Amino acid sequence: MIVEDWGLVNYADGFERQKKCVQSVIDGAEDHLVLCEHPPVLTLGRQTHPESLLYQRKEIQERGVAVEHVDRGGDVTLHAPGQLVVYPVFDLNKYGKDLKVYMETLEEVAVDLLKNFGILAISISGQRGVFVEDPAKGGVGPDKIISIGVGVRKWVTYHGLGINVNTDLSLFNLIKPCGLDVRMTSMQKLKGHSVPMGDVKAKVIERFQEHFS
Amino acid sequence: MTKIILPELGEGITKATIACWHTKVGEDVIAGQEICEAVTDKASFVIEAPAAGRLRSISVDEGKEGLVGGVLGIIE
Repeated sequence: MIVEDWGLVNYADGFERQKKCVQSVIDGAEDHLVLCEHPPVLTLGRQTHPESLLYQRKEIQERGVAVEHVDRGGDVTLHAPGQLVVYPVFDLNKYGKDLKVYMETLEEVAVDLLKNFGILAISISGQRGVFVEDPAKGGVGPDKIISIGVGVRKWVTYHGLGINVNTDLSLFNLIKPCGLDVRMTSMQKLKGHSVPMGDVKAKVIERFQEHFS
Repeated sequence: MTKIILPELGEGITKATIACWHTKVGEDVIAGQEICEAVTDKASFVIEAPAAGRLRSISVDEGKEGLVGGVLGIIE
């Protein structure tokens, strides 16, 4: 598995790089695990409902948040600095060609990752992504901490996970994340302090290598 | 005449929603061309033309569900 850290990259540029990566894996290159962050952007997946955007597009853009249509499954989501975006570009021909198993494995990776930071997370049947109970809410919840949405071309995956590490959560007020009436949270919010991005990246790589080897 | 079939996507997955068609009825396609996208369980799967020819018909319109193993359209 080749690991690439693209740092902070504009969404559209990152997507072009991702497409090249996908083509290289289709052509026989090793699987790639891409880590990056994006400037504020709302991405509208293939299952986006218009009502998931809570403001007019012009107002959203005036707040410095770009809007992009993308070819992944799922509804709208937000990327912003402080959120670690992970693009696994994996050849599922090696892992059984099963979308359900792949999605479930991504959730297991995410749950294990959060466990490394002392955060107990869960996946919920019928709702892709990873959630946590916020004790401060007195059992009301759960809040979503990691979003998942993927694309698959010739059984090679792209798009992936948005892990809210130190994300500015107020930006999620622009949308119904993933089309759900759910509150978003972050590792920073749950821990009560900023979490070093480098530590999260290191654990993400470890967990992926563990689950996809 | 070649059928465009919704392929097996995984155990227990019996259907998927056609998110979009990249080709209109009457347009020519080449074998392997990306022709439509099926979405299931927050995963979007690109379906390719199984043969060269003209897209004669679409059986499952955008936003509608197709069955795994079922016909999505016809190329002739």
